[in-house]
Amino acid sequence: MNSRMRDTVQGYLFISPVVLGLIIFTIGPMLTSFYMSFTKFPLLRAPEWIGLRNYVIMFTSDKNFWQACKVTLIYAGTSVPLGLVGAFVLAILLNQRVKGIAFFRTSFYMPAIVPAIASLILWGWLMNRDYGLINAVLVRLGFPKFSFFAEPETALASMVMMSLWGVGAGMIIYLAGLQGIPESLYEAGKLDGANELQLFINITIPMMTPTIFFNLVMGLIAASQTFMNAFVLTSGGPLKSTYFYNLMLYERAFNWTQMGMASAMAWFLLFVVLVLTVLVFRSSALWVFYEAEVK
Amino acid sequence: MVSDQEVYSGIFDLNWRRRPKQSSRILFIYLILIVSAVVFLLPLLWMATTSLKTQAEIYVFPPTFFPETFRWQNFPEGWTYESMQWTRWLVNTLTITASVMVGTLISATLCGYGFARISFPGRDVWFIMVLASIMLPGTVTLIPLFVGFHRVGWLDTFLPLTVPAFFGGGAFNIFLMRQFFKGIPIELEEAALIDGANRLRILWQIFIPLSRPVLATTSVFTFQAVWNDYFGPLIFLTSQENYTLALGITFFKGLYNTQVPYMMAMSFLMVIPVVIVFFFAQKLMIRGVILSGIQA
Repeated sequence: MNSRMRDTVQGYLFISPVVLGLIIFTIGPMLTSFYMSFTKFPLLRAPEWIGLRNYVIMFTSDKNFWQACKVTLIYAGTSVPLGLVGAFVLAILLNQRVKGIAFFRTSFYMPAIVPAIASLILWGWLMNRDYGLINAVLVRLGFPKFSFFAEPETALASMVMMSLWGVGAGMIIYLAGLQGIPESLYEAGKLDGANELQLFINITIPMMTPTIFFNLVMGLIAASQTFMNAFVLTSGGPLKSTYFYNLMLYERAFNWTQMGMASAMAWFLLFVVLVLTVLVFRSSALWVFYEAEVK
Repeated sequence: MVSDQEVYSGIFDLNWRRRPKQSSRILFIYLILIVSAVVFLLPLLWMATTSLKTQAEIYVFPPTFFPETFRWQNFPEGWTYESMQWTRWLVNTLTITASVMVGTLISATLCGYGFARISFPGRDVWFIMVLASIMLPGTVTLIPLFVGFHRVGWLDTFLPLTVPAFFGGGAFNIFLMRQFFKGIPIELEEAALIDGANRLRILWQIFIPLSRPVLATTSVFTFQAVWNDYFGPLIFLTSQENYTLALGITFFKGLYNTQVPYMMAMSFLMVIPVVIVFFFAQKLMIRGVILSGIQA
């Protein structure tokens, strides 16, 4: 056996866990789920082919479906940009030369590691309309009590607010990006007589666009799959105002054992996420700046 | 291009380059930093103080921040409350966490080495597929996996939560391992190969001893992910005695929604190990988060 052959055999042996894993736990299930989406499948009986019916029902006669899409889109469309800006601002603050930065960095990052279930229990209580801390502060400052999860008008907005508590992970990535901007760029800018604001707009922002891009893509994918908030805190209510897409999918699959319908929903989600990702990637040519381009 | 090491040292060694000159500006920065720190930390402190209050103190408006007396017995009382099986759920969580960590460390090391150090046709295609799987919404594979585990009789056992870890150990961990192994000098390996050592031995005797930082990072991330996981146990575990801590907390909430101090006490207990690990492994974790952002 020559060395090339041997390397090929050994290479595949070494990566065989993930190759098998991808086939058994990712690619195989993906294809199965695509097939299931065209069937009626109540779990205890064999799947029965029904063509496009799941998709037709989903798009035309199930009002909840569009509500779930709307809730998820609004949530992603607000929590992702707000999170991006919040994380960016905190990173800029941490990038200043002042004492005690380590303490602030740890404080901002800490919520990101708290188990989601614990932080939901905590926020459910902080945002309790009658006995919560936030309303106590609001009342003390002379504002009326806020309804939070008790009213359909405020429930989803409350979830967006809650999500901002966990911006620490994105912040750390921005901070690394800020540290990676070569000092020489700022010096050159200063020599040309640029002021702080001009340096920020013409150097910091363009140099950070690849990091913003990364956080945007990962943030959108995560937001499209929001589930726990609604499942634990509101069960989708009040009046379906927090009826997230994945909550509906979960109910179809595990409360009603409509495995076919749930698979169709999963594939539609994949399709939308894919289209969004491609759009963001396409648009990146317009606004993401890669250093290699100027060399 | 600035190396990862430089970035890393920049974050930790206060090697700051933007220097605000005027003291009014420093004051302003501190003001925002302190207000933000309060916003981020106050909720956790509130969790701690609420867990020490009496039931009567909970339902008072406006609430007092600190309880009249610290009611420490909320912790043992919550732990043994009625039908709760916290000890059992802790053991379950630890069992699952340990199994997943073992599986992840073994298989991510093997795969990371294969991707980093052996060149063979098809390698890059598979690596791209591994990376692409990070972006795949988990729901797409959820239903068939549930059906499959149902068929083989694995539902309501720990197997659906632990076995997949032995098959690659997660795309992100493979990626971390590969990046690290790529940085180990090739000469070390070539000499051993010429001496006729096989690759498994090289991995074990040369790479593993040099890879403590990345192994530690992977362990810490895996611990956090499994300890915090809610969705997996929710889908695959059904009987109460198989619950994990995360499921136990929702179960408690479902039954005794009004027992807020106990609920906070149990949530707080679940937060403590994560925070302790975080304090010991802060640099490793932040480094891992940074790597994911810089490279991808």
